[in-house]
Amino acid sequence: MHIVYPLVVSALLFSIGIYGVLARRNAILVLMSVELMLNAVNLNLVAFDVWFADRLHSGQVFTLFIIVIAAAELGVGLAIVLAVFRNRRSVEIDRLQDLAEPPGPGEEPEPDAAQELEETRS
Amino acid sequence: MISAPTIEYLEIAPLLLVFGAAIIGVLVEAFAPRHLRSAFHIPLTLLAIAGAFVLTVLLAVDKTRTVAVMGALAIDGTTLFLWGTILVLAFISVLLMNDEGQFVAQAAAVPGSAEEQEAVLEGQAQTEVYPLALFAIGGMLIFPASNDLLMLFVALEVMSLPLYLLCGLARRRRLLSQEAAVKYFLLGAFSSGFLLYGIAMLYGYAGSLDLAKISAALGTVSGMDPLLVLGTALLGVGMLFKIGAAPFQAWKPDVYQGAPTPVTALMASGTLVAAFGALLRVFWVALGNLDWDWSPILWGVAILTMVIGVILAITQTDIKRMLAYSSIAHAGFLLTAFVATGGPEQNRVALSSILFYLAAYGVTTVGAFAVVTMVRDTGGEAGHLSRWAGLGKRSPILAGVFAFFLLAFAGIPLTSGFLGKYAVFQAAVAGGATPLVIVGVVTSAIAAFFYARVIVLMFFSEPAADGPVIAAPTVGTALVVALAATVTVVLGVLPQPMLDLAGAAARSLFVY
Repeated sequence: MHIVYPLVVSALLFSIGIYGVLARRNAILVLMSVELMLNAVNLNLVAFDVWFADRLHSGQVFTLFIIVIAAAELGVGLAIVLAVFRNRRSVEIDRLQDLAEPPGPGEEPEPDAAQELEETRS
Repeated sequence: MISAPTIEYLEIAPLLLVFGAAIIGVLVEAFAPRHLRSAFHIPLTLLAIAGAFVLTVLLAVDKTRTVAVMGALAIDGTTLFLWGTILVLAFISVLLMNDEGQFVAQAAAVPGSAEEQEAVLEGQAQTEVYPLALFAIGGMLIFPASNDLLMLFVALEVMSLPLYLLCGLARRRRLLSQEAAVKYFLLGAFSSGFLLYGIAMLYGYAGSLDLAKISAALGTVSGMDPLLVLGTALLGVGMLFKIGAAPFQAWKPDVYQGAPTPVTALMASGTLVAAFGALLRVFWVALGNLDWDWSPILWGVAILTMVIGVILAITQTDIKRMLAYSSIAHAGFLLTAFVATGGPEQNRVALSSILFYLAAYGVTTVGAFAVVTMVRDTGGEAGHLSRWAGLGKRSPILAGVFAFFLLAFAGIPLTSGFLGKYAVFQAAVAGGATPLVIVGVVTSAIAAFFYARVIVLMFFSEPAADGPVIAAPTVGTALVVALAATVTVVLGVLPQPMLDLAGAAARSLFVY
């Protein structure tokens, strides 16, 4: 099989991942899109490994490392997302705007979501 | 047949010590009773870092210049210098972490809930921060030493994953802290996707992950340029994200503001040093013969980073956010020497200037964040700049030390910041990057404006009636501020020993 086919598939997969990260608002879906990007890389590495007939199989070994580290990354990511969800009842990343540039002179200041949440709770 | 790998235990002893202590820390978390944990962790962490520093010094005295662990790690002068720097910065950042009330009592509890109050009343503490910090420090040590792309990626993740968690563990302003963790995590994972795709492309180009073999392939492989160019570009995106160079700087202000201040200090100093070391090794060793291709782009990145850093810093009203933008601008100043490659002699000068700058800037940064931890309101640290008004009248010593750190950031003579800037700009001029230096000097002048604005605010405005209180510093925090101030003065007045050390570290450039 020609090397171009897996490369094109992987490029498409990577692009879908990038689109997902940029377009999705739900943190979980963004995480899934990141996983798509990593899997595109895995496909690439394995394809190159076979193409080179690499004696040390660097590409496949790298793939195994990526799988393991991606799993660890997902664990950490879900823990953070879960902590946010418990506090805010939402994982919409568009609503995480408490840390942002101060509003310019002519702009209305954004309502402080964190403050509101504290107030409703007390 | 694949022969068994050889591992040079002696050369990688500092790494083993730090990771060993981190694993012991995890075991302490698992088995020690809750009230004893921090009594174990604090000495363990500090001793491990100090021990690793001693081992690094011994390796440096021994003039170790070797490639260890089957070519995965390069232990050369640059690596040892950066290890020493990172370990010192880590030590003083951990001293800041010891301060009571920086970290959450129980991370899983919702702020204001009954669980949370119970945890606070019981005096619980999330002591996992110490092993997490040790793992992050271990990753920082491997990152600039990694001599192949697999090691580079593993080090990057070992460094970043604990930092993502540490960012979300602030005791006060928990929502901001968790928001910072989410932002850092999502953007960090996104950027490591790019880094990996770049690595895969370079592997496809060279057929090896080894930096030296990629460098060799530049001369022998032909007709595969798209892979090489794409790989270099994507790898560059991933690495530049970590140092916070524009246009990948967006995470820095948000994360630095939201994270607990000791963690911000560790990230702003240690991560920058480690990531810059790794950037140097990848671009100078593996892609060094390609500098005609990447150098113009990095010129643009350097200019953009300096300009964006200082312009946006002017508009900031939060002290940590302002320091974050100043950190972006400093990454830009460092990049001016980074692109000034040339012959071996020129590279040596540029490398030693970068090493000196990283050490000087890192220590001053931790000192500045240590001062930030001490100025407190009822709801935690007084972040807003207006709260700092008149601080010089209430607490002249603290305000004076902070003003001194800001002057060092601005690069006023007799501080370490001046000599660092002088060194990198001199190297950049010698390397033919004079236009960059002109931009650098102009942006430094603009930067001096917003540093001076804070100083004026502290000393020449009336303090507010309900102004922030100055927390009585713990021994650790006081030590950090005193040490950072001393180093900033000494490197400014008597820089020669440190410059010699950086010069000696850079003499043999990189081994590979």
